[in-house]
Amino acid sequence: MLIAATLAILVVMMMAIIRGFIGPTLYDRILAVNMFGTKTVLLISLLGFVMGRPEFLDIAIVYALINFISIIGVLHFSDSAAFGNDPHDTGSTKKES
Amino acid sequence: MPENKFSDPDDRNLLPHTISLFLILAAFWLLNSGYYTLLILSLGLISIVLVLYVAHRMDVVDHESQPLHLTLKLPGYLTWLTKEIILSNISVVKHIWLGNETISPVLTTIKASQKTDIGKVIYANSITLTPGTVAVDLVGDQITVHAISRENIEVLQAGEMDRRVSRLED
Amino acid sequence: MDIVVNMSSGLCLLLGSFLCLSGGIGIIRFPDFYTRMHAVGVTDTLGAGMILIGLMLQNPDSLVIIKLLMILVMTIFISPVASHALAKAAFRNDLVPLSDRNEHKGGTESSNP
Repeated sequence: MLIAATLAILVVMMMAIIRGFIGPTLYDRILAVNMFGTKTVLLISLLGFVMGRPEFLDIAIVYALINFISIIGVLHFSDSAAFGNDPHDTGSTKKES
Repeated sequence: MPENKFSDPDDRNLLPHTISLFLILAAFWLLNSGYYTLLILSLGLISIVLVLYVAHRMDVVDHESQPLHLTLKLPGYLTWLTKEIILSNISVVKHIWLGNETISPVLTTIKASQKTDIGKVIYANSITLTPGTVAVDLVGDQITVHAISRENIEVLQAGEMDRRVSRLED
Repeated sequence: MDIVVNMSSGLCLLLGSFLCLSGGIGIIRFPDFYTRMHAVGVTDTLGAGMILIGLMLQNPDSLVIIKLLMILVMTIFISPVASHALAKAAFRNDLVPLSDRNEHKGGTESSNP
């Protein structure tokens, strides 16, 4: 059951990466990275149990904190004018070709 | 901040908040370290005192960071919130599997009737924590909410969560 | 007794995996940014909670349970802050949410990349 849950989390992380690549807006990418980070915390805890070494949980705690700080750090730049004007940014309702 | 108009008159007594922060930090150190030798424990004490000093310099040790007056009422609210989170999770998962035709995203403004800042923040955070609704902005007592379907916003407008948070703060 | 705990642990893990997978499908499938955020909310609250509860039932060691509880509390405190900051940044930078009225003008088609 642990292996199955680990595989499911890996698949979800893959989906988050796909969303991070196809965008279409900058915020979708940040959202995907955030989700990837929280799923990494779960993956580390699960792997600790799969390998029979619950010490991995300390790493998971640290990773949760780092992930939070990185997201808040990126979003602190969101007040600058250049942040939303990515030339590859096609808007939320347009179709990405 | 002496000019802060939201602070209660009896709130300048910061000793209980300092003690509560000390206890939380000590528990955090003891649980994460796992070594109980004299050297490690004294290093932990030094770190805790340093953190307390920095927190006092930053003026963040008060009733907002350590909401002690909510301690007794919080477990009941959290139980209700957990039930609510489970219900809205089921509804969002249903929307995911049934496809995009079933969703009707809506952006609207609702009113928060809480008096204190911390009550409003608890309300907005609870809205964001329940899947299906996200608090986008909070200005004055107006919360801008994005919801995934009309039913979610109707549940919020019925005001059950608003009443419960208001009851929490007085 | 042991088998009951093992069974419920497996059930929790399975349920959590299902919820996380649903969230992953949601983040691929939903039409715009704000709706995708709700899908991430599912995986962050109940998905993570169920998996962590399942792990708690696996191990009788109390220190491990407390650490898992700590991760759960951190996830639950951090997730709304991060999604609110993200939503606010997007809203302030004029990312228009897809609403009911213009949904059929082109929003739903962009769901399958």
